[in-house]
Amino acid sequence: MTSSQGLHLKTAILIVIMVSVAPLGDMFLGKGMKQIGPLPGWAPSQLFHFFFDAFTSSTVWTGIGLLIAFFVAYLLVLSWADYSYVLPASSISTLVVALLAYFVLHETVKPLRWAGVALICMGVFVVGHTQPRTTER
Amino acid sequence: MFTSAFLYFLIVVPGTCGEMCMSRAMKIVGEVTDFRPHAIARVIFRVMTVPWFWIGITLMAAGFFSLLGMLSMAKVSFVFPATALSYAVGTLGGKLFLGERVTPQRWVGVLLVCLGVILVALGKG
Repeated sequence: MTSSQGLHLKTAILIVIMVSVAPLGDMFLGKGMKQIGPLPGWAPSQLFHFFFDAFTSSTVWTGIGLLIAFFVAYLLVLSWADYSYVLPASSISTLVVALLAYFVLHETVKPLRWAGVALICMGVFVVGHTQPRTTER
Repeated sequence: MFTSAFLYFLIVVPGTCGEMCMSRAMKIVGEVTDFRPHAIARVIFRVMTVPWFWIGITLMAAGFFSLLGMLSMAKVSFVFPATALSYAVGTLGGKLFLGERVTPQRWVGVLLVCLGVILVALGKG
């Protein structure tokens, strides 16, 4: 494997991790917060119970853990790859979000949204064929 | 027109600048080649000693709260082009401030992503 192929591969692996864990993290956090319900009022006891419920919810912690994993993967990939490469390439997360919406949450995904996802995939394919790193080490 | 431009500026610029600062901080730390948990933890502790990291965190937080504030005031249809715009602004920033070589091919890809993001937002609406 050439060093360029190696760079493409490790960049792709990190971006796949980023775009898989971020939507899952959002989903778990959203689900956890919906289980807790809206903040009933601003009285100190109500605030205490709200945050106590949030921070003792395993669903909320799963979401937070996944979002931390996303951020770490994001930092690691930026240690070598261009920001102008990672930014558009990570937009492939819209595909993951649409697939999650369709298959896991059983939502209706409009054809216009699928068309947008297809355009994004084409864009990521084009960006993916450029050099991940163009600056000096 | 001026107000809209200013609101878009508030949503796009702080977040994008924050991410660029984060990229600069990680370039200072250097390419990560060891992916074992303790090595990754060392990298995280090291980047936390780089000032660009904290400037980045602050700007990213400012961008996030601008977006939240804007979503509470404006319609989602007003806000979503900002998400698309941030890809173009971020790529331009990478070229101008981080010295990255953005080839015409990469610009074409970014343009496709921007158009796709607008369609996705319209399809959700």
